Formats: sequence, structure tokens, C-alpha cells
Amino acid sequence: MTILKDVRQAAQHYRERSFSATQKQPDIDISHQVLLYVEGLSVSFDGFKALDDLNLYINDGELRCLIGANGAGKTTLMDVITGKTPPDSGDVYFGQTIDLLGKTEAEIAQLGIGRKFQKPTVFEQQSVFANLELAMKVNKGIASTLLAKLSPSELDWISQVLDIIGLKSHYKMLAGALSHGQKQWLEIGMLLIADPRLMLVDEPVAGMTAQETERTAELLTSLAGERTVVVVEHDMEFVRSIAKTVTVLHQGSVLAEGSMSDVQNDPAVIEVYLGEEQ
Amino acid sequence: MSAIRNQFSSWHDLREKAPVFLAVLFGISIYASACNLWLPEDSMFYVSTYTITLLGKYLCYALLALAVDVVWGYCGILSLGHGAFFALGGYTMGMYLMRQIGDRGVYGDPILPDFMVFLNWQELPWFWHGFDQFWFAMLAMLLVPGLLAFVFGWLAFRSRVAGVYLSIMTQALTYALMLAFFRNEMGFGGNNGLTDFKDLLGFNLQSDGMRVALFLCSALVLALAYCLSLLIMSSRFGRVVVGIRDAEDRARFIGFKTENYKVWLFVYSAILAAIAGALYVPQVGIINPGEFSPLNSIEVVVWVAVGGRGTLYGAIVGALLVNYAKTRFTAVFPEAWLFALGALFVSVTIFLPQGLMGLFRGKKFPWVKRWKTGEETR
Repeated sequence: MTILKDVRQAAQHYRERSFSATQKQPDIDISHQVLLYVEGLSVSFDGFKALDDLNLYINDGELRCLIGANGAGKTTLMDVITGKTPPDSGDVYFGQTIDLLGKTEAEIAQLGIGRKFQKPTVFEQQSVFANLELAMKVNKGIASTLLAKLSPSELDWISQVLDIIGLKSHYKMLAGALSHGQKQWLEIGMLLIADPRLMLVDEPVAGMTAQETERTAELLTSLAGERTVVVVEHDMEFVRSIAKTVTVLHQGSVLAEGSMSDVQNDPAVIEVYLGEEQ
Repeated sequence: MSAIRNQFSSWHDLREKAPVFLAVLFGISIYASACNLWLPEDSMFYVSTYTITLLGKYLCYALLALAVDVVWGYCGILSLGHGAFFALGGYTMGMYLMRQIGDRGVYGDPILPDFMVFLNWQELPWFWHGFDQFWFAMLAMLLVPGLLAFVFGWLAFRSRVAGVYLSIMTQALTYALMLAFFRNEMGFGGNNGLTDFKDLLGFNLQSDGMRVALFLCSALVLALAYCLSLLIMSSRFGRVVVGIRDAEDRARFIGFKTENYKVWLFVYSAILAAIAGALYVPQVGIINPGEFSPLNSIEVVVWVAVGGRGTLYGAIVGALLVNYAKTRFTAVFPEAWLFALGALFVSVTIFLPQGLMGLFRGKKFPWVKRWKTGEETR
């Protein structure tokens, strides 16, 4: 578990060095061990119910996998949590006290919720280094970005993340020139560098080689505990390799939840989803 | 790796790029000014006052193009209404120049400009007060367009209007202002606009010395605006803005309030355009509602596209070249100019998406970049 050590050390290091400089970390009340509450969530687009009375509880430090067929509502759920799509009804709470609904994407990101998109989305016209620099957890106001200077500790932190995502030798390269898998890694790096409390990762291994997939699995498992990670993935092998708890979505609500083997043996799941796979 | 820290400082780009630009700009303007002031008129190297004024006008256009490049080239906001800010800046300067005429107008009224006497107005409208002071006019020149850009940007960007819809709205903005300024009741000289200016800060606008001073002033302001924009665009702010252009969602989800960035960039750009307008009016001697015409704003976009977006100097070169071509072309074959301009825009868009500057940067074909991996642009 070398990656685990790397990530923890780097993050620790960074926090110690620049703690006073960064913004105050918002207090997240997790007295009931639950970091994210999603209750009675419904969203519909032109009459199509993308989410239908969905309930989901993510514990602090957990690694949770969301699976489900296309149109099951996985991405819509992420859109609602990160403030992109306003729901028709329901509640989303971060910890016991912070209501996420009605907050903008930027506010939610600053609370410590990071998101990786399904299609890798990086700043293609800028270097890998600049991509990480922009994603760093720093004051994101206009005045401070105008005057911002890269401090030595920030440089260290970027350099360590470059190590972790294996793009150290490509740091000058335009992000647009990276391969698909490398873009995925860069985007994961952009999440890591923001030091988020909750990471929402949409299809992290699409387009990756077997080795890259393995490394991603290692990275995500190592992050759990320290951070809370929610992964949406279609690749069943991958899910099997990382998941402790799996939630199956079907037509906008939760169909089953439990360990991978529980879920696999659930008759309802076999009928609608896994049945087709096996 | 630690060398990159220097490259990520805003001053790095300024040191790299500004000296050549400043040397060329000041070299040419000082040379032209000297040849105008100190050479006899029959000398081979004499530069006529007409040419000086023409060059001064080009520099104002270059500043306007720079303003459009800042929002379009760097942030992807295609404004087809920047002429509105240019014209508003011009009108504030024009109002000051009108008040400077005093009783030397045709009707000899010490307070009221000629067109108000002609309309039988008895009193100066409230919004004309204060414009006899240069500082007040300059303040209004910055604040009025700045405020308009802020309100417009705030409404548009908050509602997440983008792309073609935003372009159409900017076009409507300038068109609406044009119709409003055409009305005599608005109190800005209606159809005829403001003209017949005599002097600026006590100096006769027709004198050679003043012409040269205005020309040099335009060069100086252009140089300052270029350096300031370069500093802004190579700061982290500039990288955020480019990020917004390429992947706005990504920028939002890493915590940037992209609307605010766009609003302030738009305001900055509008103020640059207004300054360009204010320098333009004393040199050409007139400002009328025609400056608000949507066509003018579209022409600016063509200049920037021809020169090359997102480089700052590209916009300036584009503005100078296209306007020089326009001057020559309209003298020979005036009816065909708009067709030529349209053809130019189409061919640049198809064959030179990075503009003329793209030729020099070796990026004529964007896909070449993918092979040249490891290439560094910043």
C-alpha cells in the first residue's frame, strides 16, 4: 500500500505547512457517522422521472459504489449533490447541519465536495501543472487569484500529487494532449489536490488499461478512511475489486444495498441488472 | 520543476513579451511624430498631420480590439456590442469638448451647446452638469460604461446566458443605444452627434502639436493597456479565465464562482473600450450615434479574428492591418469594402483559425500539437 502512504503523507504535510494560509475548513457535524444524507429526492425532466424518492446515506470515511443501468439516475444524483441540478423535492445534507440545496456549485466545492465527471474534463489548453494549480485548495476569490503567487509548500504539494497520478514527467504538457487514461488521472489528481472531504467519482476507469485500472483501484481504496469516496462505475470487475458496500440504483431509486455478494444474490437485482451481465 | 515557479509569476510574461512590442510601438510612433514636427514639408521623410491623425485613429481601434480580445480570446465571451462602450467613452469626451467651446459656437451661447439652442432649450439638462471639468468627464468616461457593463454582465452571466444568445444580447444592447442616441430628446445632439470641437485642456485641437500629442498619448495608453492586460492574463486570474473558456463546469466544480470572474473581466474590457473611444473623439473631431451601429462592433471582431485571438498583440496587429487595408480599399473601391471584409472573415475562420499570429506560432493546424507532445505553451 505505497500509494496510501504517499497520499496521507503528502496531505498531512501540506495541511501542516499551509494551514494558516488556507481558508477555515467548514465544520461538518458528523456526530451520527453519516457524512451525506440524501432523502426523498425526486427530479424529473419533462415528465421523465430521473430520480424517484431516492434515499441514500453515506457514512464518513466510506468507499461506496453506485451501480445501475443507463438512465438509473447515477449522474443525476451527482448533479443534485454538487448543485448543478435543483431537485423537485427532497433533502440533501452534508453532515448534520449543512443543507446543500440552494447552494451554488462553487460553494459546494468549497465545502469540500469534489467531483470527477463521466467524460474526463480538464482544462485542455493549459499545462498539466496549471490544471493542478487551479484545482488547489486556496482562496478562490478574484482579488486573491489576481495576486496569487505559488508558495514553496504549494509547489511541493503539486509535485507530490504529480507523483501520485504518475504524470510527473508530463507536467509541462498541455492537458489536451494527454491520453484518455491520463486525463482521467489528471482529473483525479485535481480532486486530490483540493483535499476534499467527499469525492464523487463518475466512471474513473473508462478508457484505462488493465494496469491503470488496477492502480486506480489501489488509489481509491487507499483514500477511503481518510476521505469519503462515492464511485459510479459500469465495470463490474472493478467494482468487485474495490467495493465494500454497493448501492444499486434502478429507475431513479435504490433497488438494493449491501456487500457485493449480498447484492449479487438479491433476486431483484439479478432480474433487472446483474442478470444480464452473467 | 522549481523553475516553473518563475514562469507562473505574472511578471515573467511581461518580461518575455512586452519589450519587443513596446519597442516597435514606441519606435514607430516617436519616429512618425519627429518626422511630422521637425522635418520641412517638402522633405521626403515628412509625415503629414493627416497621417498622424490617421495613425492615432488606428491606435484607438487597436485598443478597442485589445478590449474585445480580452473577453473573446481569453474567456470565450463573443461580444458583438463592444462598440457601445467605445461610443459611450467617446460621448463623455465629446460632452467635455462641447462645454469647452463656450461662447465660440455659432449661436454664441456661453453655456448651451449649439444643438440645444437650435432645439430651443432654455437650460442645460442635469446630466450635462459637471462636464465642463476635465476630471469629471474622465471619471464619467470610466464609470458610465463600467457600470453599464457591470449591470449587463451581472444580469447575463448570473442567468448563465452564454454563447450565441449572449452575442445577440450584446448586439441588441448597442442597437438600442444607437436608436436612443438618434433621438434629439436624449440631449446628445441626436443624429448629428457632437462636433465642432475647439480645444482640449486649453490646447487647440487643430494644431500640429496637439495632433502629435494625442497620437503619442494613444500609443502610451495602448502600451499601458497591453502591459496591464498581459499581467492580468498571466496571473492565476488569467488561467482561471482561460479555464472558464475551455471547461466552465470544471472551473465551477473546483470552486470558482465563474459568473463573478466573467462580470469583472467584462467590466475591465468595457473600460478599455471606453478609453479607446475617449481618445478617438478628439482626433476625429466628431462623435455621432453611428458609432453605436452593430456593424462597427462586428468589424472589431473581424480585426481580432484576423490578427489572432487570445494573444493580445494579435488583436492589435489585426486592427492595424485591417484598418490600413480599409483606408486604402475604400479610397479606390468603396462599395466593395464590406464584401472584402466579409470574405476576409470567412477565409480567416476557415484557413487560419488562429489568425495571422497563428502562422508565426507554428500552430496553423491544431492537430499538429498532438504529435508534438511535451510542447509547452505556458
